[in-house]
Amino acid sequence: MLAHYLSILTKAIFIENLALSFFLGMCTFLAVSKKVKTSLGLGVAVIVVQTITVPANNLIYNNLLKGGALAWAGMPNTDLTFLGLISYIGVIAAIVQIMEMVLDKYFPALYSALGIFLPLITVNCAILGGSLFMVERDYNFAESVTYGFGSGLGWALAIAALAGIREKMKYSDVPDGLQGLGITFITVGLMALGFLSFSGIQL
Amino acid sequence: MSIKKTLFGPLFDNNPIALQILGICSALAVTTKMESVIVMAVAVTLVIAVSNFSVSLIRNHVPNSIRIIVMMTIIASLVIVTDQILKAYVYDVAKSMSVYIGLIITNCIVMGRAEAYAMKNGPFMSLLDGIGNGLGYSIVLIFVGVFRELFGSGKLFGVSLLPLTNEGGWYQGNGMMLLSPSAFFLIGIFIWVLRSWKKDQVGK
Repeated sequence: MLAHYLSILTKAIFIENLALSFFLGMCTFLAVSKKVKTSLGLGVAVIVVQTITVPANNLIYNNLLKGGALAWAGMPNTDLTFLGLISYIGVIAAIVQIMEMVLDKYFPALYSALGIFLPLITVNCAILGGSLFMVERDYNFAESVTYGFGSGLGWALAIAALAGIREKMKYSDVPDGLQGLGITFITVGLMALGFLSFSGIQL
Repeated sequence: MSIKKTLFGPLFDNNPIALQILGICSALAVTTKMESVIVMAVAVTLVIAVSNFSVSLIRNHVPNSIRIIVMMTIIASLVIVTDQILKAYVYDVAKSMSVYIGLIITNCIVMGRAEAYAMKNGPFMSLLDGIGNGLGYSIVLIFVGVFRELFGSGKLFGVSLLPLTNEGGWYQGNGMMLLSPSAFFLIGIFIWVLRSWKKDQVGK
């Protein structure tokens, strides 16, 4: 049993890394990876939000939207899956908003460290993508908690690594047209190649 | 701003992917086959155009504090409609693109253009801006898609152009093109070419 959850966790962190093998959350991934410190802050925010939203959406999907899920309300034939997208994004926006208020009140230090990144997370595709993958793979509640945490951690790991490389890259001489965004893409490509080596692992 | 500039500016001068760094997620993930590239390009262009148009229509009636959630709702509804249409007419392609159709919602281009352009301009110009940015997005997608499918599996739109060695032809497929990293390299190269051509876009 434990092995099953461990395998979901490892898979989410390394083999199916949201950033490097599914290209999710790329916009923020490229835009906010200039400094290690800020990217770590964003990484932590993503882990927290992902660990909360994926299970929350899992509950909504299984108890409200899935075909036959409304049997308890006397509507066994209703299938509301088409409302999925709009409710997941609503849940994500609401949770980010609530988290912002909670952090502001109880953990002001963390709140000011995260700053602008917290609201930005609403439109980070990694978060919505995590929920959509959870639905597609039909995880149960405990699995979705594991998956949410793992995928968030994998994303944070990737952005921290990229930021580290970009900080060092300041000292290298890159061709004119390739500077900035261009070389960053190539770097991410090489990192993705590195992460591909995990794909041979059977769990 | 002139109509021509609004419509064609985003193609090369102000390309959403190469210059504004918007909407990259889906650009990379769906480009192994031209079929899904075209579906994605059309879907995104339509969603941007319609969302820009609707946001622009109601821009004077929405209080500033709740505009994000209003845009989100408009975009999410449009994407749901697109998703249902795709599932009804091109089920296989929609299936192979799995979650990426849904992820149009968080595609920053849609949100970014609604926020940056449609909130300030009239409906007609916003519609054009949406179409223009959709086309700019499509160009990058098609560029990446052509290379990946042609060199990866020797085909375009599923029609074999370079016969593969394992099917008795002469072309040895480049397996890396089918893997995720190649998309990064190709976009990197696209940006390189674009910026060598238009020098003023070089970043620091």
